[in-house]
Amino acid sequence: MAYNRRDREQHPAQIHPDYKSSLLRGPTREPLAIAPLTSELTGPLFNQDMLGEFDSDLTKNGRKNGEPLGERMVVHGRVLDENRNPLPHTLIEIWQANAAGRYIHKLDQHDAPIDPNFLGAGRAVTDADGRYRFYTIKPGAYPWGNHHNAWRPNHIHFSLFGPSIATRLVTQMYFPGDPLLELDPIYQGVPTAARERLVARFDIEATEANFALGYRFDIVLRGAAATPMDQKKGDAKKERVNHEA
Amino acid sequence: MKLKQTASQTVGPYFAYGLTPQQYGYDFRSIFSNRIDGDGERIALSGRVFDGNGEAVNDAMIEIWQADARGQYQGNGFARFGTGTDSQCRFHFDTIRPGSIDNEQAPHICVLVFMRGLLLHNYTRIYFSDEAAANERDPVLNSVPAERRGTLIAERSDTPDGPAYRFDIHMQGERETVFFDV
Ligand SMILES: [Fe+3]
Repeated sequence: MAYNRRDREQHPAQIHPDYKSSLLRGPTREPLAIAPLTSELTGPLFNQDMLGEFDSDLTKNGRKNGEPLGERMVVHGRVLDENRNPLPHTLIEIWQANAAGRYIHKLDQHDAPIDPNFLGAGRAVTDADGRYRFYTIKPGAYPWGNHHNAWRPNHIHFSLFGPSIATRLVTQMYFPGDPLLELDPIYQGVPTAARERLVARFDIEATEANFALGYRFDIVLRGAAATPMDQKKGDAKKERVNHEA
Repeated sequence: MKLKQTASQTVGPYFAYGLTPQQYGYDFRSIFSNRIDGDGERIALSGRVFDGNGEAVNDAMIEIWQADARGQYQGNGFARFGTGTDSQCRFHFDTIRPGSIDNEQAPHICVLVFMRGLLLHNYTRIYFSDEAAANERDPVLNSVPAERRGTLIAERSDTPDGPAYRFDIHMQGERETVFFDV
């Protein structure tokens, strides 16, 4: 089984000049299409047993002597493939700034307070319907050095595996109505039509009374190229690649 | 109707406490290390990631995925390492030599490259310098223009602890590593 390739119309380019550090780090040559072989169509296996008790509750997993400060949230959603199949047993790892916009990371120099009770990292494994749920604190915006007065919009980093290393995805979840989105070169690096799907929806159904606001963020990974036509395309690519050699 | 793929974004500079916490000394259990266990010959693998100015990148994250010694994918051949804890920005893996896959492909290790500045992660493969005969028959290596094949070969050296392979990744320039659309 092969997967549909990365859809160029949904993903950023390797080099997006407004995002300064991409200039020296993005590859300059086109990636070489190879026919799908076992190596890239398999991947590590995950199950719920790999998780620690509070791995998906960031309001609890960094506590030292009290509760973390900030707005509590529930972030939940489904992981699906392009063919609408739910993706179970998918590891999701997240990391984020605290409510003040400060990462616990040793290299973060932003002059905002560290929250002694908040780590900002968590993980979950999707259930049989591809669902996941985190409890966390709404991350703050933070400044960065890309250009004068540059601020990252509020965001949570997401890392996902899916069924193979070919479906691996690292992305960021943003918040509705954030005025920084239109100024952020990382978000703006995404083609226009695909941007809004990186913005979570406020979800009153998932909001827990007297406790936490709900946000929904669904994620779509590459799906199996299942139709005979897609298979043909794959074969054609294989031939072309061999030809070039 | 098909759904659209969610867009990729950079891993950013601050992935360490979420993705490689124990390596970087954070108080959170890692579920991946830089070691792959199994039967077979143990090998060391290390290298650096260079940007377009030839400077070593200190905030890259490298993941590897490989077959076991018999060339089978068992679901446990995965490891991860960040380049920020070594004084020379190296990554290090302690693994087993993978077998040939389907008796057709030469032994190799799949590599995923993430870093601040990369909006999309990149895929490449490590082949071994001491597998010249198998490399010559490998269909993927053969699909790479001959003058760029060398960017995919890890160089062997022998140490008291066993074979060590060095594999540097060049994001740009004359020696730009071959990346794959998989
Ligand atoms: Fe961030």
